[in-house]
Amino acid sequence: MPTVIPHPTASTATAAAPQRLEGYNFAYLDEQTKRMIRRALLKAVAVPGYQVPFGSREMPLPYGWGTGGIQVTAAVIGPDDTLKVIDQGADDTTNAVNIRRFFAKTAGVATTDRTVDASIIQTRHRIPETPLTEDQILVYQVPIPEPLRQLEPREAETRKMHALEEYGVMHVSLYEDIAKFGRITKSYNYPVRVNGRYVMAPSPIPKFDNPKMDRMPALQLFGAGREKRLYAVPPYTEVKSLDFEDHPFEVETWEQDCALCGAGDSYLDEVIVDDKGTRMFVCSDSDYCRERREAGHQGDGGPA
Amino acid sequence: MADTIDIRPGFADPVIESQQVFRAVLDAMARPGRIQSVPDGLTPPAPLAVGSAAFCLALADHDTPVWLAPGLRNPATLAFLRFHCGCPIVEEPESAAFAIADAAGLPALDSFAMGSDAWPETSTTVVVQVDDLQERGPLRLTGPGIETAHRLSVPGLRPGLPDEWEANRKLFPCGVDLVLVAGRRIAALPRTTTVTVGAED
Repeated sequence: MPTVIPHPTASTATAAAPQRLEGYNFAYLDEQTKRMIRRALLKAVAVPGYQVPFGSREMPLPYGWGTGGIQVTAAVIGPDDTLKVIDQGADDTTNAVNIRRFFAKTAGVATTDRTVDASIIQTRHRIPETPLTEDQILVYQVPIPEPLRQLEPREAETRKMHALEEYGVMHVSLYEDIAKFGRITKSYNYPVRVNGRYVMAPSPIPKFDNPKMDRMPALQLFGAGREKRLYAVPPYTEVKSLDFEDHPFEVETWEQDCALCGAGDSYLDEVIVDDKGTRMFVCSDSDYCRERREAGHQGDGGPA
Repeated sequence: MADTIDIRPGFADPVIESQQVFRAVLDAMARPGRIQSVPDGLTPPAPLAVGSAAFCLALADHDTPVWLAPGLRNPATLAFLRFHCGCPIVEEPESAAFAIADAAGLPALDSFAMGSDAWPETSTTVVVQVDDLQERGPLRLTGPGIETAHRLSVPGLRPGLPDEWEANRKLFPCGVDLVLVAGRRIAALPRTTTVTVGAED
Protein backbone atom coordinates (compact mmCIF):
# COMPACT_ATOMS: atom_id res chain seq x y z
CA MET A 1 0.00 0.00 0.00
CA PRO A 2 1.50 3.37 -0.93
CA THR A 3 2.37 5.49 2.06
CA VAL A 4 0.68 8.85 2.23
CA ILE A 5 3.05 11.67 3.07
CA PRO A 6 1.30 14.29 5.20
CA HIS A 7 1.81 17.33 3.00
CA PRO A 8 -0.24 20.49 3.45
CA THR A 9 -3.28 20.52 1.25
CA ALA A 10 -5.18 23.53 2.57
CA SER A 11 -3.86 27.03 3.08
CA THR A 12 -3.21 28.06 6.69
CA ALA A 13 -3.28 31.78 5.89
CA THR A 14 -4.59 34.07 8.61
CA ALA A 15 -6.05 37.53 8.12
CA ALA A 16 -4.61 40.67 9.67
CA ALA A 17 -5.95 41.14 13.20
CA PRO A 18 -6.36 44.63 14.60
CA GLN A 19 -6.06 43.19 18.09
CA ARG A 20 -2.43 42.62 18.97
CA LEU A 21 -1.00 40.92 22.04
CA GLU A 22 -1.25 43.35 24.92
CA GLY A 23 1.88 44.50 26.72
CA TYR A 24 4.21 44.27 23.74
CA ASN A 25 5.35 46.89 21.26
CA PHE A 26 4.37 46.42 17.62
CA ALA A 27 6.44 43.48 16.31
CA TYR A 28 7.90 42.81 19.77
CA LEU A 29 11.14 44.84 19.58
CA ASP A 30 11.38 48.24 21.26
CA GLU A 31 11.75 51.29 19.01
CA GLN A 32 15.38 52.03 19.87
CA THR A 33 16.36 48.49 18.90
CA LYS A 34 14.40 48.77 15.66
CA ARG A 35 16.15 52.05 14.80
CA MET A 36 19.54 50.44 15.42
CA ILE A 37 18.67 47.46 13.20
CA ARG A 38 17.17 49.73 10.53
CA ARG A 39 20.32 51.85 10.38
CA ALA A 40 22.43 48.71 10.06
CA LEU A 41 20.14 47.42 7.28
CA LEU A 42 20.51 50.64 5.28
CA LYS A 43 24.30 50.35 5.44
CA ALA A 44 24.05 46.64 4.58
CA VAL A 45 22.14 47.51 1.41
CA ALA A 46 24.69 50.22 0.56
CA VAL A 47 27.60 47.74 0.89
CA PRO A 48 26.23 44.54 -0.69
CA GLY A 49 27.55 41.37 0.93
CA TYR A 50 29.36 43.13 3.78
CA GLN A 51 28.44 41.93 7.28
CA VAL A 52 27.30 44.87 9.39
CA PRO A 53 27.59 44.31 13.16
CA PHE A 54 24.44 44.99 15.16
CA GLY A 55 23.35 44.79 18.78
CA SER A 56 21.42 41.55 18.54
CA ARG A 57 18.83 41.24 21.30
CA GLU A 58 17.77 38.23 23.27
CA MET A 59 14.62 36.94 21.64
CA PRO A 60 11.95 34.66 23.07
CA LEU A 61 13.40 31.67 21.24
CA PRO A 62 16.83 30.07 21.35
CA TYR A 63 19.76 30.88 19.10
CA GLY A 64 19.65 28.70 16.03
CA TRP A 65 15.88 29.08 15.66
CA GLY A 66 15.97 32.25 13.65
CA THR A 67 16.72 35.02 16.15
CA GLY A 68 18.55 37.01 13.47
CA GLY A 69 15.85 36.60 10.86
CA ILE A 70 13.14 37.50 13.37
CA GLN A 71 14.90 40.71 14.36
CA VAL A 72 15.28 41.73 10.71
CA THR A 73 11.63 40.94 10.01
CA ALA A 74 10.54 42.83 13.16
CA ALA A 75 12.46 45.91 12.04
CA VAL A 76 11.08 45.81 8.49
CA ILE A 77 7.48 44.65 8.92
CA GLY A 78 4.47 46.99 8.97
CA PRO A 79 0.77 46.44 9.60
CA ASP A 80 0.03 46.18 5.86
CA ASP A 81 2.54 43.41 5.21
CA THR A 82 1.68 39.78 4.56
CA LEU A 83 4.19 37.39 6.06
CA LYS A 84 5.21 33.94 4.92
CA VAL A 85 7.70 31.87 6.89
CA ILE A 86 9.34 28.71 5.60
CA ASP A 87 11.70 26.23 7.16
CA GLN A 88 13.50 24.00 4.64
CA GLY A 89 10.83 25.00 2.14
CA ALA A 90 7.84 24.01 4.27
CA ASP A 91 5.29 26.34 5.87
CA ASP A 92 4.07 23.76 8.36
CA THR A 93 7.20 22.91 10.36
CA THR A 94 7.54 23.91 14.01
CA ASN A 95 9.98 26.75 13.40
CA ALA A 96 7.94 28.27 10.58
CA VAL A 97 4.59 27.92 12.36
CA ASN A 98 5.89 29.52 15.53
CA ILE A 99 7.61 32.46 13.87
CA ARG A 100 4.49 33.12 11.79
CA ARG A 101 2.33 32.95 14.91
CA PHE A 102 4.77 35.23 16.75
CA PHE A 103 4.27 38.01 14.20
CA ALA A 104 0.53 37.38 13.89
CA LYS A 105 0.31 37.93 17.66
CA THR A 106 2.77 40.78 18.19
CA ALA A 107 2.23 42.69 14.94
CA GLY A 108 -1.28 41.61 13.98
CA VAL A 109 -0.14 41.11 10.39
CA ALA A 110 -1.74 38.84 7.84
CA THR A 111 0.12 35.60 7.21
CA THR A 112 0.08 33.33 4.23
CA ASP A 113 1.73 30.21 2.93
CA ARG A 114 1.41 31.25 -0.69
CA THR A 115 4.64 32.67 -2.05
CA VAL A 116 2.84 34.97 -4.48
CA ASP A 117 0.70 36.55 -1.72
CA ALA A 118 3.58 37.40 0.64
CA SER A 119 5.27 40.79 0.88
CA ILE A 120 7.89 39.50 3.33
CA ILE A 121 9.16 35.93 3.32
CA GLN A 122 11.34 34.80 6.18
CA THR A 123 13.23 31.67 5.33
CA ARG A 124 15.40 29.06 6.91
CA HIS A 125 17.57 27.21 4.40
CA ARG A 126 15.58 27.54 1.16
CA ILE A 127 14.58 30.04 -1.50
CA PRO A 128 11.03 29.46 -2.80
CA GLU A 129 10.79 27.83 -6.22
CA THR A 130 8.30 30.46 -7.43
CA PRO A 131 10.35 33.43 -8.70
CA LEU A 132 10.13 36.42 -6.34
CA THR A 133 9.10 39.90 -7.46
CA GLU A 134 10.18 43.50 -6.86
CA ASP A 135 7.43 43.88 -4.27
CA GLN A 136 8.84 41.20 -1.99
CA ILE A 137 11.57 41.06 0.64
CA LEU A 138 13.31 37.78 1.43
CA VAL A 139 14.71 37.52 4.98
CA TYR A 140 17.21 34.72 5.61
CA GLN A 141 17.97 33.16 8.98
CA VAL A 142 21.74 32.77 9.13
CA PRO A 143 23.68 30.62 11.61
CA ILE A 144 27.28 31.46 10.57
CA PRO A 145 27.46 34.69 8.54
CA GLU A 146 31.22 34.54 8.00
CA PRO A 147 32.04 32.45 4.90
CA LEU A 148 35.71 32.30 5.90
CA ARG A 149 35.08 31.14 9.48
CA GLN A 150 35.79 27.44 8.80
CA LEU A 151 39.13 28.45 7.32
CA GLU A 152 40.13 31.25 9.71
CA PRO A 153 38.62 31.24 13.21
CA ARG A 154 39.85 34.72 14.22
CA GLU A 155 37.36 37.52 13.59
CA ALA A 156 40.15 40.14 13.46
CA GLU A 157 41.76 38.16 10.63
CA THR A 158 38.62 37.53 8.59
CA ARG A 159 37.71 41.22 8.86
CA LYS A 160 41.12 42.09 7.46
CA MET A 161 40.71 39.52 4.69
CA HIS A 162 37.39 41.09 3.64
CA ALA A 163 38.89 44.59 3.84
CA LEU A 164 41.82 43.61 1.63
CA GLU A 165 39.66 41.45 -0.65
CA GLU A 166 41.98 38.58 0.18
CA TYR A 167 39.97 35.47 -0.65
CA GLY A 168 42.77 33.15 -1.77
CA VAL A 169 42.21 30.83 1.15
CA MET A 170 38.62 30.20 0.03
CA HIS A 171 39.73 29.27 -3.47
CA VAL A 172 42.39 27.00 -2.01
CA SER A 173 39.75 25.23 0.05
CA LEU A 174 37.59 24.68 -3.03
CA TYR A 175 40.68 23.53 -4.94
CA GLU A 176 41.56 21.04 -2.21
CA ASP A 177 38.12 19.51 -2.70
CA ILE A 178 38.83 19.04 -6.39
CA ALA A 179 42.28 17.61 -5.67
CA LYS A 180 40.85 15.12 -3.16
CA PHE A 181 37.47 14.23 -4.64
CA GLY A 182 37.57 15.44 -8.22
CA ARG A 183 34.80 17.99 -7.64
CA ILE A 184 33.74 20.74 -5.23
CA THR A 185 31.86 18.81 -2.58
CA LYS A 186 30.22 21.74 -0.78
CA SER A 187 26.49 21.20 -1.28
CA TYR A 188 24.97 23.88 0.96
CA ASN A 189 26.10 27.31 2.21
CA TYR A 190 28.10 27.38 -1.01
CA PRO A 191 30.14 30.63 -1.00
CA VAL A 192 29.16 33.39 -3.40
CA ARG A 193 30.73 36.65 -4.52
CA VAL A 194 28.42 39.65 -4.41
CA ASN A 195 28.74 42.39 -7.03
CA GLY A 196 32.29 41.26 -7.71
CA ARG A 197 33.54 42.30 -4.28
CA TYR A 198 32.53 40.57 -1.03
CA VAL A 199 32.56 36.82 -0.59
CA MET A 200 29.35 36.02 1.27
CA ALA A 201 27.74 33.04 2.97
CA PRO A 202 24.33 32.54 1.37
CA SER A 203 23.19 30.82 4.61
CA PRO A 204 22.73 27.03 4.53
CA ILE A 205 20.53 26.99 1.43
CA PRO A 206 21.31 24.10 -0.93
CA LYS A 207 23.59 25.19 -3.74
CA PHE A 208 20.58 24.41 -5.95
CA ASP A 209 19.19 27.77 -4.77
CA ASN A 210 22.35 29.83 -5.40
CA PRO A 211 21.47 30.77 -9.00
CA LYS A 212 18.15 32.21 -7.77
CA MET A 213 20.05 34.84 -5.76
CA ASP A 214 21.71 36.24 -8.87
CA ARG A 215 19.93 39.42 -10.06
CA MET A 216 16.84 38.53 -8.00
CA PRO A 217 14.18 41.28 -8.33
CA ALA A 218 13.43 41.05 -4.58
CA LEU A 219 15.55 42.61 -1.85
CA GLN A 220 17.44 39.95 0.14
CA LEU A 221 18.22 40.60 3.82
CA PHE A 222 20.23 38.29 6.08
CA GLY A 223 20.19 38.20 9.88
CA ALA A 224 22.50 36.24 12.18
CA GLY A 225 21.33 36.68 15.77
CA ARG A 226 23.98 34.80 17.71
CA GLU A 227 26.82 36.18 15.59
CA LYS A 228 25.26 39.68 15.62
CA ARG A 229 25.64 40.39 11.91
CA LEU A 230 23.31 41.68 9.20
CA TYR A 231 23.94 41.74 5.49
CA ALA A 232 22.03 42.31 2.31
CA VAL A 233 21.92 41.80 -1.42
CA PRO A 234 20.06 44.59 -3.24
CA PRO A 235 17.74 43.68 -6.14
CA TYR A 236 19.31 42.91 -9.53
CA THR A 237 22.74 42.45 -7.99
CA GLU A 238 25.21 39.95 -9.37
CA VAL A 239 25.66 36.97 -7.05
CA LYS A 240 28.19 34.53 -8.43
CA SER A 241 28.95 31.12 -6.93
CA LEU A 242 32.70 30.64 -6.64
CA ASP A 243 34.16 28.14 -9.07
CA PHE A 244 37.01 27.49 -11.50
CA GLU A 245 37.02 27.74 -15.27
CA ASP A 246 37.64 24.00 -15.61
CA HIS A 247 35.31 23.12 -12.73
CA PRO A 248 32.28 25.35 -13.27
CA PHE A 249 29.60 25.66 -10.60
CA GLU A 250 26.85 23.07 -10.94
CA VAL A 251 23.62 22.45 -9.06
CA GLU A 252 22.19 19.17 -7.86
CA THR A 253 19.99 17.15 -10.19
CA TRP A 254 17.74 14.19 -9.51
CA GLU A 255 16.86 11.17 -11.60
CA GLN A 256 13.33 11.29 -10.18
CA ASP A 257 10.57 13.85 -10.41
CA CYS A 258 8.49 14.84 -7.37
CA ALA A 259 6.32 11.84 -6.46
CA LEU A 260 3.40 14.08 -5.52
CA CYS A 261 3.32 16.79 -8.20
CA GLY A 262 5.68 15.45 -10.84
CA ALA A 263 7.87 18.57 -10.84
CA GLY A 264 11.20 17.99 -12.51
CA ASP A 265 12.61 21.44 -11.79
CA SER A 266 12.34 21.75 -8.01
CA TYR A 267 14.57 20.81 -5.09
CA LEU A 268 13.57 17.35 -3.87
CA ASP A 269 13.66 15.91 -0.36
CA GLU A 270 14.32 12.23 0.06
CA VAL A 271 11.76 10.62 2.33
CA ILE A 272 12.12 7.12 3.78
CA VAL A 273 8.68 5.54 3.75
CA ASP A 274 9.16 2.18 5.47
CA ASP A 275 11.68 0.24 7.50
CA LYS A 276 13.02 -1.54 4.40
CA GLY A 277 14.66 1.61 3.10
CA THR A 278 12.06 2.39 0.43
CA ARG A 279 12.42 6.02 -0.58
CA MET A 280 10.39 8.60 -2.35
CA PHE A 281 11.31 12.08 -3.50
CA VAL A 282 9.02 15.06 -2.94
CA CYS A 283 9.31 18.82 -3.40
CA SER A 284 10.94 20.57 -0.47
CA ASP A 285 8.90 23.71 -1.28
CA SER A 286 5.48 22.62 0.03
CA ASP A 287 3.64 25.64 -1.43
CA TYR A 288 5.09 25.05 -4.89
CA CYS A 289 4.13 21.38 -4.71
CA ARG A 290 0.58 22.13 -3.58
CA GLU A 291 0.03 24.78 -6.23
CA ARG A 292 1.18 22.38 -8.91
CA ARG A 293 -1.16 19.67 -7.63
CA GLU A 294 -4.02 22.15 -7.47
CA ALA A 295 -3.27 23.03 -11.09
CA GLY A 296 -3.73 19.36 -11.97
CA HIS A 297 -0.15 18.12 -12.05
CA GLN A 298 0.39 14.69 -10.60
CA GLY A 299 3.42 12.61 -9.74
CA ASP A 300 3.76 8.86 -9.92
CA GLY A 301 2.81 8.56 -6.24
CA GLY A 302 6.15 7.12 -5.21
CA PRO A 303 7.02 3.49 -4.55
CA ALA A 304 3.99 1.24 -4.34
CA MET B 1 11.06 85.61 30.97
CA ALA B 2 13.18 83.10 29.15
CA ASP B 3 12.79 82.82 25.41
CA THR B 4 10.56 79.96 24.42
CA ILE B 5 10.87 78.02 21.20
CA ASP B 6 7.94 76.58 19.38
CA ILE B 7 8.84 72.91 19.09
CA ARG B 8 6.81 71.45 16.25
CA PRO B 9 5.16 68.09 16.88
CA GLY B 10 6.77 64.83 15.74
CA PHE B 11 4.97 61.74 14.46
CA ALA B 12 1.37 61.29 15.59
CA ASP B 13 1.96 57.52 15.74
CA PRO B 14 5.74 57.10 16.14
CA VAL B 15 5.78 53.29 15.87
CA ILE B 16 3.81 52.98 12.64
CA GLU B 17 5.13 56.13 10.98
CA SER B 18 8.76 55.29 11.78
CA GLN B 19 8.24 51.94 10.09
CA GLN B 20 6.66 53.56 7.02
CA VAL B 21 9.46 56.10 6.72
CA PHE B 22 12.11 53.42 7.16
CA ARG B 23 10.52 51.23 4.48
CA ALA B 24 10.46 54.21 2.12
CA VAL B 25 14.17 54.86 2.79
CA LEU B 26 15.01 51.14 2.53
CA ASP B 27 13.18 50.88 -0.79
CA ALA B 28 14.90 54.04 -2.02
CA MET B 29 18.30 52.70 -0.98
CA ALA B 30 17.62 49.25 -2.49
CA ARG B 31 16.42 50.74 -5.80
CA PRO B 32 18.56 53.82 -6.40
CA GLY B 33 16.74 56.51 -8.34
CA ARG B 34 13.25 55.17 -7.64
CA ILE B 35 11.31 57.85 -5.79
CA GLN B 36 9.47 56.90 -2.58
CA SER B 37 7.18 59.01 -0.42
CA VAL B 38 7.08 59.41 3.33
CA PRO B 39 3.67 59.80 4.99
CA ASP B 40 2.03 63.21 5.09
CA GLY B 41 1.31 65.05 8.30
CA LEU B 42 4.61 66.43 9.59
CA THR B 43 5.02 70.19 9.90
CA PRO B 44 8.72 70.53 10.67
CA PRO B 45 10.32 73.88 11.43
CA ALA B 46 11.63 75.69 8.35
CA PRO B 47 13.87 75.14 6.50
CA LEU B 48 13.78 71.44 7.42
CA ALA B 49 11.94 69.50 4.67
CA VAL B 50 9.22 67.00 5.60
CA GLY B 51 11.37 64.19 4.18
CA SER B 52 14.48 65.05 6.17
CA ALA B 53 12.48 65.60 9.37
CA ALA B 54 10.76 62.23 8.88
CA PHE B 55 14.15 60.60 8.18
CA CYS B 56 15.54 61.93 11.47
CA LEU B 57 12.47 61.05 13.52
CA ALA B 58 12.56 57.50 12.17
CA LEU B 59 16.29 56.81 12.33
CA ALA B 60 18.18 59.27 14.54
CA ASP B 61 18.61 58.93 18.31
CA HIS B 62 21.22 59.32 21.02
CA ASP B 63 23.52 56.90 19.15
CA THR B 64 23.68 59.01 16.00
CA PRO B 65 25.53 62.32 15.94
CA VAL B 66 23.79 64.62 13.45
CA TRP B 67 25.40 67.45 11.50
CA LEU B 68 23.28 70.27 10.13
CA ALA B 69 24.40 72.55 7.31
CA PRO B 70 24.67 76.16 8.50
CA GLY B 71 21.65 77.15 6.42
CA LEU B 72 19.48 74.66 8.34
CA ARG B 73 20.71 75.57 11.79
CA ASN B 74 18.36 77.71 13.77
CA PRO B 75 16.93 77.43 17.27
CA ALA B 76 13.74 75.83 16.01
CA THR B 77 15.38 73.07 13.94
CA LEU B 78 17.93 72.33 16.66
CA ALA B 79 15.23 72.18 19.32
CA PHE B 80 13.08 69.94 17.09
CA LEU B 81 15.88 67.40 16.61
CA ARG B 82 17.12 67.56 20.20
CA PHE B 83 13.63 67.14 21.65
CA HIS B 84 12.26 64.42 19.37
CA CYS B 85 15.41 62.46 18.47
CA GLY B 86 17.67 63.23 21.42
CA CYS B 87 20.54 63.18 18.94
CA PRO B 88 23.80 64.99 19.61
CA ILE B 89 24.32 67.87 17.16
CA VAL B 90 27.94 67.96 16.03
CA GLU B 91 30.03 70.75 14.55
CA GLU B 92 32.23 68.67 12.26
CA PRO B 93 30.70 66.83 9.29
CA GLU B 94 33.20 63.98 9.61
CA SER B 95 31.94 63.03 13.07
CA ALA B 96 28.31 62.72 11.96
CA ALA B 97 26.36 59.51 11.40
CA PHE B 98 23.71 61.57 9.63
CA ALA B 99 24.17 64.92 7.94
CA ILE B 100 21.36 67.15 6.71
CA ALA B 101 22.10 69.81 4.12
CA ASP B 102 20.35 71.83 1.45
CA ALA B 103 21.74 71.59 -2.07
CA ALA B 104 23.41 74.99 -1.74
CA GLY B 105 24.94 74.27 1.66
CA LEU B 106 26.23 70.77 0.86
CA PRO B 107 29.95 70.68 1.65
CA ALA B 108 32.43 68.62 -0.39
CA LEU B 109 31.45 64.96 -0.11
CA ASP B 110 34.91 64.03 1.18
CA SER B 111 34.42 66.23 4.24
CA PHE B 112 32.10 63.58 5.70
CA ALA B 113 33.07 60.33 7.40
CA MET B 114 34.08 57.81 4.73
CA GLY B 115 34.28 54.70 6.87
CA SER B 116 37.28 52.40 6.61
CA ASP B 117 37.94 49.30 4.53
CA ALA B 118 37.40 47.16 7.62
CA TRP B 119 34.37 49.12 8.87
CA PRO B 120 32.71 50.69 5.83
CA GLU B 121 29.36 51.08 7.62
CA THR B 122 30.77 53.91 9.76
CA SER B 123 30.46 56.42 6.93
CA THR B 124 28.02 59.34 7.05
CA THR B 125 24.59 59.09 5.48
CA VAL B 126 24.03 62.50 3.90
CA VAL B 127 20.48 63.80 3.49
CA VAL B 128 20.33 66.51 0.82
CA GLN B 129 17.25 68.71 0.46
CA VAL B 130 16.60 69.56 -3.17
CA ASP B 131 13.84 71.48 -4.94
CA ASP B 132 12.50 68.62 -7.00
CA LEU B 133 13.02 64.96 -7.91
CA GLN B 134 11.84 63.31 -11.12
CA GLU B 135 12.32 59.76 -12.40
CA ARG B 136 13.52 61.04 -15.76
CA GLY B 137 16.13 63.53 -16.85
CA PRO B 138 19.84 63.95 -17.17
CA LEU B 139 21.26 61.56 -14.58
CA ARG B 140 21.65 57.94 -15.65
CA LEU B 141 22.06 55.54 -12.72
CA THR B 142 23.40 52.01 -12.92
CA GLY B 143 24.59 49.51 -10.34
CA PRO B 144 23.17 47.18 -7.68
CA GLY B 145 19.42 47.62 -7.21
CA ILE B 146 18.91 48.72 -10.81
CA GLU B 147 17.76 46.28 -13.49
CA THR B 148 19.26 48.15 -16.45
CA ALA B 149 19.35 51.89 -15.80
CA HIS B 150 17.27 54.42 -13.88
CA ARG B 151 16.90 58.07 -14.83
CA LEU B 152 16.79 60.83 -12.26
CA SER B 153 16.61 64.57 -12.34
CA VAL B 154 17.82 66.49 -9.30
CA PRO B 155 17.68 70.21 -10.08
CA GLY B 156 19.88 72.52 -8.04
CA LEU B 157 22.81 70.19 -7.41
CA ARG B 158 26.15 71.86 -8.00
CA PRO B 159 27.70 71.03 -11.39
CA GLY B 160 30.78 69.38 -9.89
CA LEU B 161 28.79 66.86 -7.85
CA PRO B 162 28.79 64.00 -10.43
CA ASP B 163 32.60 64.08 -10.41
CA GLU B 164 32.69 64.12 -6.62
CA TRP B 165 30.23 61.22 -6.66
CA GLU B 166 32.44 59.24 -9.03
CA ALA B 167 35.39 59.79 -6.68
CA ASN B 168 33.20 58.66 -3.79
CA ARG B 169 32.07 55.55 -5.68
CA LYS B 170 35.67 54.57 -6.39
CA LEU B 171 36.35 54.44 -2.65
CA PHE B 172 34.08 51.38 -2.34
CA PRO B 173 33.55 49.78 0.17
CA CYS B 174 34.11 53.19 1.81
CA GLY B 175 32.14 56.28 0.89
CA VAL B 176 29.06 58.25 1.86
CA ASP B 177 25.49 57.34 0.92
CA LEU B 178 23.16 60.10 -0.27
CA VAL B 179 19.48 60.44 0.50
CA LEU B 180 17.84 63.06 -1.72
CA VAL B 181 14.74 64.72 -0.34
CA ALA B 182 12.22 66.98 -2.09
CA GLY B 183 9.33 67.65 0.27
CA ARG B 184 7.84 64.24 1.02
CA ARG B 185 9.65 62.56 -1.84
CA ILE B 186 12.81 60.55 -1.26
CA ALA B 187 15.39 58.97 -3.54
CA ALA B 188 18.74 57.54 -2.54
CA LEU B 189 22.16 57.05 -4.04
CA PRO B 190 24.09 54.36 -2.18
CA ARG B 191 27.84 54.38 -2.71
CA THR B 192 27.55 51.57 -5.29
CA THR B 193 25.55 53.62 -7.81
CA THR B 194 27.29 54.84 -10.95
CA VAL B 195 25.97 58.21 -12.09
CA THR B 196 26.60 59.46 -15.59
CA VAL B 197 25.31 62.71 -16.99
CA GLY B 198 23.77 62.50 -20.42
CA ALA B 199 20.66 63.02 -22.48
CA GLU B 200 17.79 60.52 -22.39
CA ASP B 201 18.42 57.25 -24.21
